[in-house]
Amino acid sequence: MLKSQRSVGIVGYGAYIPRYRLPAREIVRVWEGGVGGVPIQEKSVPGLDEDTITISIEAARNAMLRAQIDPQQIRAVWVGSESHPYAVKPSSTIVAEAIGAAPFIQGGDWEFACKAGTEAIQAGLGFVGSGMADYVMAIGADTAQGRPGDALEYTAAAGGAAFVLGPAEEGVAVVEASLSYVTDTPDFWRRQGASYPSHGQRFTGEPAYFHHITSAAKKLMAEMGTSAADYRFAVFHQPNVKFPQRVAAMLGFTKEQYETGLLSGTIGNTYSGSSIIGLTAILDVAKPGDRIFSVSFGSGAGSDAFSLQVTERLPERQKLAPSTQTYIRRRKEIDYALYSRYRGKLLLA
Amino acid sequence: MHIAQNWRLKAQRYRLVGEVCEHCGAKIFPPRDICPNCSHSAKESFEFSGRGEVYSFSALSETAEKFQRFRPYTMALVKLEEGPLVTAQLTDVEPDKVKIGMPVEMVTRRLMEEGNEGIILYGYKFRPMLDKVA
Ligand SMILES: [Zn+2]
Repeated sequence: MLKSQRSVGIVGYGAYIPRYRLPAREIVRVWEGGVGGVPIQEKSVPGLDEDTITISIEAARNAMLRAQIDPQQIRAVWVGSESHPYAVKPSSTIVAEAIGAAPFIQGGDWEFACKAGTEAIQAGLGFVGSGMADYVMAIGADTAQGRPGDALEYTAAAGGAAFVLGPAEEGVAVVEASLSYVTDTPDFWRRQGASYPSHGQRFTGEPAYFHHITSAAKKLMAEMGTSAADYRFAVFHQPNVKFPQRVAAMLGFTKEQYETGLLSGTIGNTYSGSSIIGLTAILDVAKPGDRIFSVSFGSGAGSDAFSLQVTERLPERQKLAPSTQTYIRRRKEIDYALYSRYRGKLLLA
Repeated sequence: MHIAQNWRLKAQRYRLVGEVCEHCGAKIFPPRDICPNCSHSAKESFEFSGRGEVYSFSALSETAEKFQRFRPYTMALVKLEEGPLVTAQLTDVEPDKVKIGMPVEMVTRRLMEEGNEGIILYGYKFRPMLDKVA
């Protein structure tokens, strides 16, 4: 397992979810003649002026409100996403300027499908844990696109979460340990220049999502000597509602443990934001001493597992920025036509 | 789009960084190095909270080519809580829901882009105060 010599904690956290919602029944109406089941109730849709950079900026500002540190003390700003607005030009430099952290920083964009954000968090644990830096801003955010009519279109959503990592003594939660499990598994991909991703249909479940999450989770708990019963909360990557429920059950977690962080039913799959927005919703309500188990999943494929414990500093920081549920309540329903315009699906020749 | 000019303005565009007059304490935005209140030179930078209220507004449906993509939208004069008036686009609000005195807060959003290959310009807009709408 990954454990640094210097203990590291989450000093501040924040989320952002756009206000527009596309009900899954709208997709059924347009593509399936109104007949058929849906994997979620509705998903978040970014406005015309939003993208991974603007989502990252607001999540990062919320994390800074809770961290209560001078932004010039941050030594790295890392943004994990599969929908960076530029193919060449970092998202991280714009985010760093917007939060006042530039210029004496590391800046970089991370990619690993939906686990790019947790990969950035792990790098931050190493950077702070080694003593090279006191604070790191690690972000996961996406404005995911699904091909019109494809199964992914029901769930591909937008949102992000940001974490200020720092010395454990200042943390609202301490990162006890982390562990990753990575293999070459072609379950989902998008080629350079392609607008929409492709996926291996049924291949996405067992050999990809379930195998990687359970492998990372079991190994981390085995090495730490913990079991599901030791945690008050658990949160997993959530491409729909059923997968995280099933993987939780496979690992011995109950509904009571996973329901607080399971948000995909009302916001969809926020890709790089998925498990970590769930983590922010947990931190909004967790109490000192609570332990949290979190596992991401990125296609291609891999999982990052984390074991956290909440400190007595959390309660006073929870109210310093908008809660994740506040963003979920801020909701403007749109129909498929407006959705098509917002997501650039109409080609004006 | 003037890349160099926009680049120089990034602190005020991304973070609402203006100035404070060391002489009379007036907060100044956009920065202009001279205090509009007492005419002394004012060069100390000051980051605004981003909170304010709608002072006046107009809904736009006919707009310049580069903003066509966002229409219809609302342009507003926002009175910042520190005093200055700022002209900005409102976002995350339907034009018929905007009211004078409505509390708003600054967000950083896409202002415009040069086609599919050009630079994307980011900057401040204002939206209804989050804790008032959720
Ligand atoms: Zn003055």
